[in-house]
Amino acid sequence: MLRYLFEPGFFGSGPVHVALAVGTVIALTSAVVGVFTVTRGQSFAGHALADIGTTGGSGAFLIGVNQFWGYLAFGAGAAAIMELIGIQRRRGRDVATGVVLGAGLGLAALFLYLGTQYSSTTGASFTLLFGSMFVITSSTVPILITSALLALATVVVLARVLLLTSLSPDIAAARGVPVRAVGAAYLMALAVSVALSAVIIGAVLSTALLIGPAATALRVAKGPVRAMAVAAGIGVAATWLGIVLAYDSFYWPPAHRGWPVSFFVVTLIVGCYLVTYLRPRRERQDVVRQAPDTEQVCSPA
Amino acid sequence: MSASLLRLDGVGVRLGGREILDDVSFSIEAGEFTGLIGPNGAGKTTLLRVILGLQPVTHGSVLIDGAPRAARDASIGYVPQKLSIEPDMPLRVRDVVSLGVDGNKFGIRLPSRARREIVDDMLTAVGAQRYANARVGELSGGEQQRVMIAHALISRPRLLLLDEPLANLDISSEQGIVSVLARLARAERIAVLLSAHDMNPLMPVMDRIVYVAAGRVAVGRTDEVVQPEVLSRLYGQHVDVIRVHGRILVVAAPQGPTGSEEVEGIDDEQAPAEGADEQAPVEGASVVR
Repeated sequence: MLRYLFEPGFFGSGPVHVALAVGTVIALTSAVVGVFTVTRGQSFAGHALADIGTTGGSGAFLIGVNQFWGYLAFGAGAAAIMELIGIQRRRGRDVATGVVLGAGLGLAALFLYLGTQYSSTTGASFTLLFGSMFVITSSTVPILITSALLALATVVVLARVLLLTSLSPDIAAARGVPVRAVGAAYLMALAVSVALSAVIIGAVLSTALLIGPAATALRVAKGPVRAMAVAAGIGVAATWLGIVLAYDSFYWPPAHRGWPVSFFVVTLIVGCYLVTYLRPRRERQDVVRQAPDTEQVCSPA
Repeated sequence: MSASLLRLDGVGVRLGGREILDDVSFSIEAGEFTGLIGPNGAGKTTLLRVILGLQPVTHGSVLIDGAPRAARDASIGYVPQKLSIEPDMPLRVRDVVSLGVDGNKFGIRLPSRARREIVDDMLTAVGAQRYANARVGELSGGEQQRVMIAHALISRPRLLLLDEPLANLDISSEQGIVSVLARLARAERIAVLLSAHDMNPLMPVMDRIVYVAAGRVAVGRTDEVVQPEVLSRLYGQHVDVIRVHGRILVVAAPQGPTGSEEVEGIDDEQAPAEGADEQAPVEGASVVR
């Protein structure tokens, strides 16, 4: 049966090894970071960082630098600007994000245009926008894995403080949590995580790996630790299966040239999310509600 | 003489050219239950934020045990005004209470049986054990208040600040919260400073009252403070104090022909009909519900 899933040569392929190793670490990081992104209501910021990553990636391509550095530099820069403009306030956050996003995408259009003028390959802009796990050069692998582990470690160390801040920023501040610094550190981890996802599934799709597994996990797991575990499981499983299917698709129509791996990963993640809606949402059975004894209280004294 | 647990000395707060608090001085001793009473907009939340160090003062000082409060000091527990917690926030009731122990600390914490037991004990103490494993965002307002009280108490504070914990609760939840607070505070000798716009639910348990109006305070035992002369001076206009069946209503006389000169913060729906011979309720009006 497994023979039908794994086409010949799958386990012997160098690009597949790289894709599996890098994909696993990045999917894991994105999923865990994503749980806090959704909890903190920063999904839009995450998406904006991804789109601005396109600008950085296309700029990097234009000047002949590894695209990861482009994603990272622009993502981190945009995160810093968003933090300065006022991402702490919910409304200021959306406005700040939107403004930075618009400026970034305009530049991306210019860079992509110039890129196609000079190199006359549409393949590069496709990789940039939609990623490809099979073209990661092995020299960047240590950088990618180190960055991912740093972002993951940051979020794990901040986990409790981030949860307390999500519950109430005032309680956190009253208990001595440097709320703003923690928020900034989190935003940087988010920028790194988005840049990494951009490498494997493309700048435009990188939020799928960030938000999808987390949103699914929050629908099925009640507590924070379990939510992170479920999100990580979904992210990693979708990445693995996506890689397998993309490899298999070299044998598929129409061209026998393989389908993009990002398509499979994103489709699997969205599929997981939709499945949670098939199951009826649990009612709270653990609470026996008592009707307030209004008769007694309302009767005139 | 030993220093008071909490002492405010001539505290003033000015925000955007507006005087929010003006020369506020009072102190709270260990184990005292103090009601911070006043109409909406009087400055109660600002006063609590000053004590917590979240709001800088323009003048005056706030002292805990005679010294300025150190950051990360666990001596004050805080229950903010109603939180808006989304149902998808991945926090069960027991997670929220557990965050009360060390939610301000960095790093990883491994689960332990001892931790689980103190969380369970705290949930039982506030009567929240039935929904210990429910998401906190799915609870009713009264249930959330109990959980937040457990969250605040588990770090063993000596002073507990609660901002309008009774607002928007049904009557039985209101009574439940007050009795839980009074019982735990007495047992652990925790001082409580609780803000409310209606003093009546607190009458059985309140040792002292800090009455706030127009940014100024009157402090003392309830029967000393809730007097027409004292409160009229505070409000800067004549108010009456009416006692009905052991409950207290503070009402302002209508001023001018329209009768619309209400004391700030009263609910419009409770204002009397125009030109009526009645008086406008200021506070405690909810007893008529």
